[in-house]
Amino acid sequence: MFAQQIVNGVLLGATYALFALGFTLMFGVLRVVNLVYGFYFSAGAFMALGLTRGFGLPIWLALPLAAVGSGLVAVVIDALLLTRLRRVNAPELASLMVTLGAVLALYSAMTVALGPDIRRFPPQVLSGQAVELAGIRITDAQILILAVTAVLVGGLVALMRLSRLGLAIRAMAERPDAAGLMGIDTGRAAALVSFLSGSLAGAGGVLIGLNFNAIQPYMGEAMMLRGFVVIIVGGMGDIGGAVIAGLLLGVVEVLTAGYVASDLKEAVAFAILVIVLWTRPQGLFGRAQVRRA
Amino acid sequence: MPAWLDDLLWTYQNVVYALGINGLLALSMYVVLAVGQLSLGQAAFMGLGAYSSALMTLKLKLPFFAVLPLSCVVPVLFALAIGAPTLRLSGIYLAIATIGLGEVLRAVYLNVGLFGGALGLSGIPNRAETWMIYGLLGLAVLVLFLVGRSGVGRAMEAMREDETAAEVMGVNVRRYKLGALVASAVLAGIAGCLNAHVSSFIGPNEYGFEPAVTILSYVLLGGIGSPVGPVVGAWVLTLLPELLRGLADLRGVVSGLIIVVAVLFLPNGLLPWRMRRRGA
Amino acid sequence: MMLEIAGLTRRYAGLVAVDGVDLAVAPGSVHAVIGPNGAGKTTLFNLISGVVAPSEGRIVLAGQDITALPAHARARLGMARTFQNIRIFAAMTVLENVLTGLHVRLRAGPLGIVARLPGFRREERAAAARARVALDMVGLGPRAEDRASALSYGDQRRLEIARAIAQDPRLLLLDEPAAGMNPAETEALGALVRRIRDLGTTVLLVEHDMGFVMDLSDRVTVLNFGRRIFEGTPHEVRGEPAVIEAYLGAKVAARLARRA
Repeated sequence: MFAQQIVNGVLLGATYALFALGFTLMFGVLRVVNLVYGFYFSAGAFMALGLTRGFGLPIWLALPLAAVGSGLVAVVIDALLLTRLRRVNAPELASLMVTLGAVLALYSAMTVALGPDIRRFPPQVLSGQAVELAGIRITDAQILILAVTAVLVGGLVALMRLSRLGLAIRAMAERPDAAGLMGIDTGRAAALVSFLSGSLAGAGGVLIGLNFNAIQPYMGEAMMLRGFVVIIVGGMGDIGGAVIAGLLLGVVEVLTAGYVASDLKEAVAFAILVIVLWTRPQGLFGRAQVRRA
Repeated sequence: MPAWLDDLLWTYQNVVYALGINGLLALSMYVVLAVGQLSLGQAAFMGLGAYSSALMTLKLKLPFFAVLPLSCVVPVLFALAIGAPTLRLSGIYLAIATIGLGEVLRAVYLNVGLFGGALGLSGIPNRAETWMIYGLLGLAVLVLFLVGRSGVGRAMEAMREDETAAEVMGVNVRRYKLGALVASAVLAGIAGCLNAHVSSFIGPNEYGFEPAVTILSYVLLGGIGSPVGPVVGAWVLTLLPELLRGLADLRGVVSGLIIVVAVLFLPNGLLPWRMRRRGA
Repeated sequence: MMLEIAGLTRRYAGLVAVDGVDLAVAPGSVHAVIGPNGAGKTTLFNLISGVVAPSEGRIVLAGQDITALPAHARARLGMARTFQNIRIFAAMTVLENVLTGLHVRLRAGPLGIVARLPGFRREERAAAARARVALDMVGLGPRAEDRASALSYGDQRRLEIARAIAQDPRLLLLDEPAAGMNPAETEALGALVRRIRDLGTTVLLVEHDMGFVMDLSDRVTVLNFGRRIFEGTPHEVRGEPAVIEAYLGAKVAARLARRA
């Protein structure tokens, strides 16, 4: 029973990590807390829903398409809202407020267009079958989550470490001013980072949608709380920290729901957030710098 | 009171209440923005004020003159718990923690029996009067105006423009930020109490993300040059959906777009007039 | 001593910006800190004024250890500064900028402010009068009601100085006050600094304009790569090979030495 809870927690945490990874990447490189981020999560889930329901695509095809789709949405939104603010070096307050306004407008428009009700994937998408390993049940949705998270996290780390592109992105994270001088097209690198993080959020949305089989417009907003917890616990802009913190949060939530009270899941996440802010604002694992006021 | 005015007030009683209460909420957002911080906790503070005051009235049977001032106690405690750690850090942390607060409180109201779950709390007696709402709104505007025109107001504007420069001039930046957040919690808590005691029902979804952002749109529309701007912004945005009924569904879209447009193109709001702070 | 610094060090990841610097500033003097770009001068000022926390070392202002005090508390103890990249409050008027500098002298409580008690009114009137004196001193009196952002670059620098002297500091830190000024403006600035000193304020300044520094300073401290490499009178500094080397590089210095 306990082992089962841990497995469930790790799998839930894997999606949190995926979601927070894009968030922390955006912050680490673009130096902006983009509050529209949760919307990419909802958008990814709805795109996958439309592709499976409307076009009858299998999930292994719908998921990458939805991820690419939400990545493109992220590029457009970043270009519309933030490029201009970055150019004039606007205070961080401005980008927070702009993305906040934009995300409310987007959620509301989505709710008007698609309705506020909870939607579900068509039954043929996932059989709901489960395998049993040493007494631990794992559903096919969970296997998909594990596989997708592993591939995406591995791919992201490889991209950052091994490719020229990754080098350019890391240079931008370190010294945005110098990166421009070194011949890196910062505008293009910014668009790429937006695309990557939007895709990660979108993929996370599809996976959470599958895990709980429930999709609705504001699902991304509820997810933002987890995203905040993960990036603050893991250290803002810290990729490794985000993965560990995401997994931890998943486990803690599942254990709380299992052994304490299922209603306290959200409260646990928030309690962790406040405790970490009081005690170790630079993040639990962080060498990630906290820019003091 | 002439009969026609009486009729008008009767017909639009809820709008009259909403104008006053939203004005208070706009001021609650204004005091934080005035020191250069962004808090999304105003709706959450309002919710805390509403729930705590409703429970004081319903369960403890306290009289309203005691409930009204006590309604800011819980919001202030939350403001201190969140503000004290985050205000040492860059402004992102306060914004994040207050958005988180709104989300988690909604879950708590929904899941904890004392707060009535999804049904919320009903049967709250209508004890707040129009004159109380507008009296408090007027008082708040006046106090903020007088404070704004003193050295305290200069210090607030200075830190909004350049925190470091203000600090080396002797402004205790952290104390001002915390003070602003506490003032904000007081205003929002009282607004929540008034709201609970004119609408007889409160529910978990009234204090979530959308109301929080809507309050921000009031202030950005009105501008933060003086406390009058935010109140005007709140009134315009409260009346707009009443005048254009078709807009009701799109309220969130409108509030959101107003913020985007205001930040990108109208940095001073609709009322760019700012207070002079040259002493008595 | 007005200001005493011992072993002051500030490390950043992979870089020591200020490295064990000792410094003593005599009361009533004008003391300059010079050094090539990246020598750590601005970091030193940030450490002294409390904008940046030191990794090691001690800072003592007029006998009181202020190492652990935040910037606003140091201001209350009589320290004021200007910034290399001008940091005026652009949306305020010129007068309001200077009034903000008087923040440390305001005592009125919340009741006095809201009820507009006589004490509050008196205090605000006195503050406005003081602010005007400071503005007149830097020659910006006629511009008191203009928006600060409307001032020219040189005037913005002078406004920053007015804002700092309105605090009536014991120690005034000027970070490259002559930067971007033409010779006439620089000369007027020199006269202004002398007047500030004569009125009893000790001045510590960072400056690139050597003529300005040599003319004005009682003592000069030279920094290079975060370390103090020399301290002396302007005359001693001029003849010191280590200083020339720091500025011009070893090769040029050696060639100069051969020629001499």
